[in-house]
Amino acid sequence: MLTKRIIACMDVRDGQVVKGVQFQQLRHAGDPAELAQRYNVEGIDEVVVLDITATLESRQALARTISAVAHRIFLPLTVGGGIRTEDDAAAAVDAGADKVSLNTAALSNPALITTLARRYGSQAVIVAIDAKRRGNGFAVYVRSGTSDAARDAVEWAREAESRGAGEILLTSMDRDGTRSGFDCDMTAAVATAVNIPVIASGGAGDLEHFYDVFTHGRADAALAASIFHYDDTSVNELKKYLNRRRIPVRM
Amino acid sequence: MIALIDYGAGNLTSVRKALTALGADFATPTRPEECARFSALIVPGVGHFAATSALVGPWRDTIAETVNRGTPLLGICLGMQWLFEGSDEAPEVPGLGVLAGRVTRLRGDADAGLKIPHVGWNALDFRGTARILAGLEPHAHVYFTHSYAAPVTDACVAATTHGDTFAAVVERGNVFGVQFHPEKSSEAGLQIIRNFLDVTRIVSAALPHAEAQC
Repeated sequence: MLTKRIIACMDVRDGQVVKGVQFQQLRHAGDPAELAQRYNVEGIDEVVVLDITATLESRQALARTISAVAHRIFLPLTVGGGIRTEDDAAAAVDAGADKVSLNTAALSNPALITTLARRYGSQAVIVAIDAKRRGNGFAVYVRSGTSDAARDAVEWAREAESRGAGEILLTSMDRDGTRSGFDCDMTAAVATAVNIPVIASGGAGDLEHFYDVFTHGRADAALAASIFHYDDTSVNELKKYLNRRRIPVRM
Repeated sequence: MIALIDYGAGNLTSVRKALTALGADFATPTRPEECARFSALIVPGVGHFAATSALVGPWRDTIAETVNRGTPLLGICLGMQWLFEGSDEAPEVPGLGVLAGRVTRLRGDADAGLKIPHVGWNALDFRGTARILAGLEPHAHVYFTHSYAAPVTDACVAATTHGDTFAAVVERGNVFGVQFHPEKSSEAGLQIIRNFLDVTRIVSAALPHAEAQC
């Protein structure tokens, strides 16, 4: 049986892992390669590296970070943050990324999804959607959550799938960094609308939140950052808990 | 020395990284006739079966001859599918045909949450003993990402179920294949690559002729 994936996300700036609350107030959390190695030992299923500054200088630092992480772990590695062109994606892949995550660029230039899916296969292309609740829908934001894209998350996820995306990484901006639980309603709305896997993100605070998002939220995978970084909860402890509650996980 | 066949289907960085970590010597032949110099072949690959059309002709003929002489071959993901006669994904493109059967699309079941592509960690269900599975825990989990899969035939030594049950690992004589990505499957995956390297060494020792050509 296909297991539910637990994914650790590392927001990286200047070669160091940092983590904010609701996209603000950054704290330092350590060296990416060391952290990835710790997660691997604890049984993480995948690792995501997000470049949160995405300036030209940071791009070169990012390639070194990707390479350092890729040499320490033999797990699927996704890179995102500021990937705007086919060349940006190629640089990430050449450095050792298995998948690239597109966000702002996917909306401003949806053809990029198809271009990358043709070049690397759909399995290598994740479309990341940052959204918050508005009325009965879910409003999509771009540029690190600063700009309203005037799109609905469910409708945009469907389009991304039809253009060749292999997975959707759905982040609740309302819940990001709050540790108050994933937005299960939003996750379920997207997960039932598309046929590709949906990774839920934003709001993980305790073990039960993961159970909720895999059941009510119908997520295929759950991503978290701070809950793992600061040793509050180990991946191993989370998986034992989910296993006890009959959620299929890789032990 | 292992030949890592690069036919443009996906990125080989992670396969190279895994082989390097395990201390394997490998190179990428640029012409088919170079294949005979190597003690083993690895055919990796991700993406559409049509990508294997780059191998049709001299590459396919040379790889078939090399394998028929007893050189071990490991197909990974698309490379494993290519070992069969062909695939519904690109019916006009012939496979290597060293294993009987055709690759078909997984059916999935959206209502049951069985999405296609099959992405993530799933369990291996062993079907008898196999050299390629030595040292693995029964029901070990490995990382898959694919929409098409090979049938369970007598070459199948481990099956996996995602709606349909398909061949996750095949082994017949010197031919080996894995539908998942051992280079992305943490310790279990590295153990499988290590097992293939062990087979390669044993075969090289038994076939001094092949070694002398290196």
